[in-house]
Amino acid sequence: MSIEVRNLDFSYGARRILHDVGLSIEPMETLTILGPNGAGKTTLLNIVAGLLPVSSGSILYDGKPAKELGVRHLAQLVGYVPQNIVPAFDYSVLEYVVTGCAPRIGAFGRPDQKHYDSAAQAIQSMGIGHLADKSYRQISGGEQQQVSVARVLAQSPAYILMDEPTSHLDYGNQIRVLRTIKQLAENGFGVVFTTHNPDQALLIGGKAAIIGRDGRLTSGYSRELITEPFLSELYGIQLRVSKIDEPGRRICFMPSLDI
Amino acid sequence: MTGRGGYARLALCTAVALAVLFVAALSMGRYSMNPFDVLRVIYATATGGEADEAMANIVFLVRLPRVAASLLIGAALSLSGAAYQSAFRNPLISPDLLGVSSGASMGAAMAIFFGVHLRAIPVFAFAGGILAVLLATSVPKLLRNSSNMMLVLSGIIVSGFMNSLIGVIKFVSRDQDQLSSIVFWQMGSLARVNAAQLLSVSPVLLLSLAVMFAVSWRLNILSLGEQEAQTVGVDIPKLRGVTILCASLLTACSVCISGTIGWIGLIIPHFGRLICGSDNTRLLPMAAMLGGGFMIVIDTLARCLTSMEIPLSILSGLVGAPFYAWLLYRQKAKIL
Repeated sequence: MSIEVRNLDFSYGARRILHDVGLSIEPMETLTILGPNGAGKTTLLNIVAGLLPVSSGSILYDGKPAKELGVRHLAQLVGYVPQNIVPAFDYSVLEYVVTGCAPRIGAFGRPDQKHYDSAAQAIQSMGIGHLADKSYRQISGGEQQQVSVARVLAQSPAYILMDEPTSHLDYGNQIRVLRTIKQLAENGFGVVFTTHNPDQALLIGGKAAIIGRDGRLTSGYSRELITEPFLSELYGIQLRVSKIDEPGRRICFMPSLDI
Repeated sequence: MTGRGGYARLALCTAVALAVLFVAALSMGRYSMNPFDVLRVIYATATGGEADEAMANIVFLVRLPRVAASLLIGAALSLSGAAYQSAFRNPLISPDLLGVSSGASMGAAMAIFFGVHLRAIPVFAFAGGILAVLLATSVPKLLRNSSNMMLVLSGIIVSGFMNSLIGVIKFVSRDQDQLSSIVFWQMGSLARVNAAQLLSVSPVLLLSLAVMFAVSWRLNILSLGEQEAQTVGVDIPKLRGVTILCASLLTACSVCISGTIGWIGLIIPHFGRLICGSDNTRLLPMAAMLGGGFMIVIDTLARCLTSMEIPLSILSGLVGAPFYAWLLYRQKAKIL
């Protein structure tokens, strides 16, 4: 049971984004994807979500390619939490979250009481029950992020992909999202997320995958992968990674702005 | 946002109001009748009893086809407007987006120009409308870019081209009568509608309505964007194709017997969202009822206000534009 990415290449026109990427995503694990701007983090996530076609290489979802599964079965296996959405219409949080049940509802069907119940339960489990009847457009960015996670919980796939889940959030909410991701993995989901903050990989542990400027991917356990020379090369700045006594963990930081 | 029980009550009230409006419209006109007499005539005819023959003739032969056509056309235009707005994620578009109305006008103008029999004009209008949509949807396929934006631009191209063709027909037409028929057709009227016409379009119309109701919840997902929809397992090309097909058929069936009628497909969905929210499972039935009611009012005004028939687009614009301004005023905080 895993998502296996093998020898994946992807280009936008003549520009090669991903080169010979291999990756495996397992249940009960977090995978942090790092990489400089434009390296292809979101592209990789979109390919794994089935939103972009694989030009060469293969992806197997529990042993089967996406074509064999079809969009609906793929959606039962893989859920996606996008960066931010701007709905053109004013849906309530509950109406939005219940769309997560779509993979289990027929083409001409609509959600019935049990789907609304599971959506409400997903909202409750994110601790945002008070938002259920609010308009999605009138809640804050942090709340929208929680609602998006609630929607993917209502979808209940085996694997959850999150595109920069902390990018629009204040520091407190960033930490809350990381905590949620860790809990999701403990509850059995395989969770993949992209981020610009390498310290998040150290904080959450698990595995990390780093896309370099040449489109090649290096993956392994976060604590082994996140090293000073590697990050400094990756981002082109002199980052420090060192163990600090008080939290007792390794921290990635910038010592000063001097060159 | 109202609860589901609240919506059921709201829908019931709207349905009752619509029924009252329907009977009122049947009783109004040059030969004015008491609404209760109208009900008595309908009851008597339905149960095989005796009814006043003059009244029965007016009700069943003159007014019923026309009021029923108003109801169906108003419902169809509003519903296809709501569906198009969801499929294209834009509350500002109307069912004419892909050129169905201008194509139908072109078909009708062509038929009038070549002196086709009056009864065949709707056939040409229908064909013109569907042709325009086929053209508009095939341009993105040729260019291998099936994005929403490409489809919208392609619709603009096709509408513009169809309007130019209508201009050519008007320009070369030397016959004043032809010219005024074309202009009159473009302004919309139900004066010439008859039961046979109505019956010939109703199967397609009702079938398309039924399909739209069936996929209404999926339209919510489609309106969230392609990425959102695909990641919850929606087959986007299929759903969007079905939506465009049914919504275009609804519009084509309507305008081919009534001529083009502006505003309804744009404002009624807005009004519907204001009173029952954006969820399409609630909005589509509500928009259909509101649109039917609005159209009955407009058409009744068109035939009763003056001794002459007033073209529908004039009234729907005169009533619709200020109404839309009022709606925008009510929603100003929610418009981004």
